[in-house]
Amino acid sequence: MTASTKSVSPATIPLNEQDLQEQRWLERLVGPEWARLIKGVLTNPLSVTGLVIILGFILIAAFAPIIVPPPNATWDTTLIPRDGFGPEPKAPGSEWVRNAPGEIPFWYTPLTGREEWVHLWGTASGQYDIFYGVIWGSRTALMIGGIVVLSSAIIGIFVGSLAGYYGGWVDEILMRVVEVFIAFPFLVGALILASILVPKLGRSIWPASIALIVFGWTGYARLLRGDILATKERDYVQAAQAAGANDFHLILRHILPNAIFPTLVVLSLDMGAIVLSFAALSFLGIGVQEGYTDWGQIVSFARSYIFSLDRYWFIIVYPGLALLLYGLGWNLVGDALRDILDPKLRGKR
Amino acid sequence: MSQTNTASNGTPSSQDSITEVKPLIEVRNLKKHFPIRRGVLQRQVGAVQAVDGVSFNIIKGETLGLVGESGCGKSTTGRTILQLLSPTDGDVYLNGHSLTEMGRSELRKQRRRMQMIFQDPYSSLNPRMTVGNIIGEPLLIHNIGNAASRRERVQELLKLVGLNPYFINRYPHEFSGGQRQRIGVARALATNPSFIVADEPISALDVSIQAQVVNLLDDLKSELELTYLFIAHDLSMVRYISDRVAVMYLGRIVELSERDEVYDHPLHPYTQALLSAIPIPDPFKEEKRQRIILEGDVPSPANPPTGCRFHPRCGYATDVCRVEDPEFRNLGTENKPHMAACHHAEKFV
Ligand SMILES: Nc1ncnc2c1ncn2[C@@H]1O[C@H](COP(=O)(O)OP(=O)(O)OP(=O)(O)O)[C@@H](O)[C@H]1O
Ligand code: SF4
Ligand SMILES: [Mg+2]
Repeated sequence: MTASTKSVSPATIPLNEQDLQEQRWLERLVGPEWARLIKGVLTNPLSVTGLVIILGFILIAAFAPIIVPPPNATWDTTLIPRDGFGPEPKAPGSEWVRNAPGEIPFWYTPLTGREEWVHLWGTASGQYDIFYGVIWGSRTALMIGGIVVLSSAIIGIFVGSLAGYYGGWVDEILMRVVEVFIAFPFLVGALILASILVPKLGRSIWPASIALIVFGWTGYARLLRGDILATKERDYVQAAQAAGANDFHLILRHILPNAIFPTLVVLSLDMGAIVLSFAALSFLGIGVQEGYTDWGQIVSFARSYIFSLDRYWFIIVYPGLALLLYGLGWNLVGDALRDILDPKLRGKR
Repeated sequence: MSQTNTASNGTPSSQDSITEVKPLIEVRNLKKHFPIRRGVLQRQVGAVQAVDGVSFNIIKGETLGLVGESGCGKSTTGRTILQLLSPTDGDVYLNGHSLTEMGRSELRKQRRRMQMIFQDPYSSLNPRMTVGNIIGEPLLIHNIGNAASRRERVQELLKLVGLNPYFINRYPHEFSGGQRQRIGVARALATNPSFIVADEPISALDVSIQAQVVNLLDDLKSELELTYLFIAHDLSMVRYISDRVAVMYLGRIVELSERDEVYDHPLHPYTQALLSAIPIPDPFKEEKRQRIILEGDVPSPANPPTGCRFHPRCGYATDVCRVEDPEFRNLGTENKPHMAACHHAEKFV
């Protein structure tokens, strides 16, 4: 080290005491961009509402065994208990004769005034309890959202990064592949693939999830590729390259962290939207098996009663409300994120 | 363009001096063309000849000023020398080692010896990294020292560039343009490089701050024995700091000599025009100053004029200028070379 520590020109920044004392702990912890996002989301009434809704579903999912315990300890909790096999839906408040939840939880009697389990929200045809299905369905919703959105995003981020960073023939090939998938309308593609997969994999969450991932990652890839292209031209990327950084370092430390924010917005919007798409597939009968704790699947019971919904409204209202609220929660957060990141886009879609 | 002896490349001849003056950087017939692609098939339909055959040396410890209008290829020259852009043709030697023929990992190792300072102090610092991490990154990349010693070194560098070491944990957005440029300088100095390309380091700054940053660079140069390629778009900016000055026009170097030679006896009509545009502080002289107005726009580097590239705008152009590319030749003496690329340069000697 030939440099001495003496400063060659006078320190140009006077210390501003007040400025120094200001505690910006959040920024110190997560960096300025994240701090701005977190602060923004937490100070916007709409996104706070969204967060409360999402948190509500997380709590419901976590405490499902306390809200409606399964009939017995060995019960597969993803299956809605059936109170017989009759085709006629039973109205809310009717007696729960068979396969009632094992014990009466602490909240039940004070809130409902009953000593015995009843079908709080009625049953669907086949005597599936709607309350159980909606409560435990929040686990399915969060899981589907997590699996499908995270898998699509990871694949999309990987492909988009490679295409955007390397450009040339790598980009050419990857983007051709993306175009092949985009040529199909999303739901139609997913529908066809899911119905091909059902006979192979059996009825479970997997055929629809895989189909949604296969047709969902391309959006992330395209979006991120564009943002990577723009970010990689920034001088700080050149500076790191000039300093001797390799590709891996450049992408992970400089390009991705600065290009990822629009992807986060879409990710959050998709968390809600994917559950709706999944429900649509379920509704068409290409999702989980009958009786699975899935909102879309419960709504699909209403298919046989399209013309008597005035009597059997509860089949569609309770799971439908759950779907709607869940989608709304993620949407509110996603919208707020987008407004924070790009105020010019406010109010647009 | 095949001059390879030192004299014809504008550096003082070493024959009669006792200690041989070895160039730190040798640039030989360097070319960088950007392909222009059109149509669905992205076929190449032409090339932007951003840099089209430049040769010069930079001697250890000197500052070479590189001047020219916007778009003439100065940044591309700087970036291609540092191998941030891969050259289309030609060679660059650092201390006699060819950078163009070096393997990727060897080149990354050599990068600690050559660094870059960028024009835009806003896009040259990663907004998501603290000042400490930005300045320390080159040390991290080259595995120099441990976390504690790197931090110490960063504080030392902050002092060196006139910033308070207290700011090590701050983010770039908390600083002004001039301060940010100092951070960029500190980063460039981190690995103790011998050669620095300063690409218009002051053009984006307030006039009041420009002098401070130039002084800083000048001080650092003598203190740390640095060698600069100092890029600027007007001659007045480089006069103070440069030992020699190269004037660039449309991808070529048209004049190169010692600073005072270029300013007092410009041999190329383009240099004369650039000089005539600088106001003279003396009001009497200023009144008599003859401005040579450059007519027409800068031609496109994708389709440069035939013969002398300057001929459409040159007041001295003759028939030979329109067809024959002028040789870049020495019109000075062996010991004090004065290079110029003009058929009629003798007129101005
Ligand atoms: N990545 C690129 N792709 C295509 N063309 C480019 C690229 N980079 C630069 N060019 C073109 O090359 C020419 C020289 O650009 P360069 O940035 O080197 O000019 P410059 O002298 O630094 O100008 P300025 O003073 O504006 O910085 C310009 O015509 C520019 O449009
Ligand atoms: S060669 Fe001719 S056109 Fe070119 S600068 Fe000289 S006089 Fe002008
Ligand atoms: Mg430039």
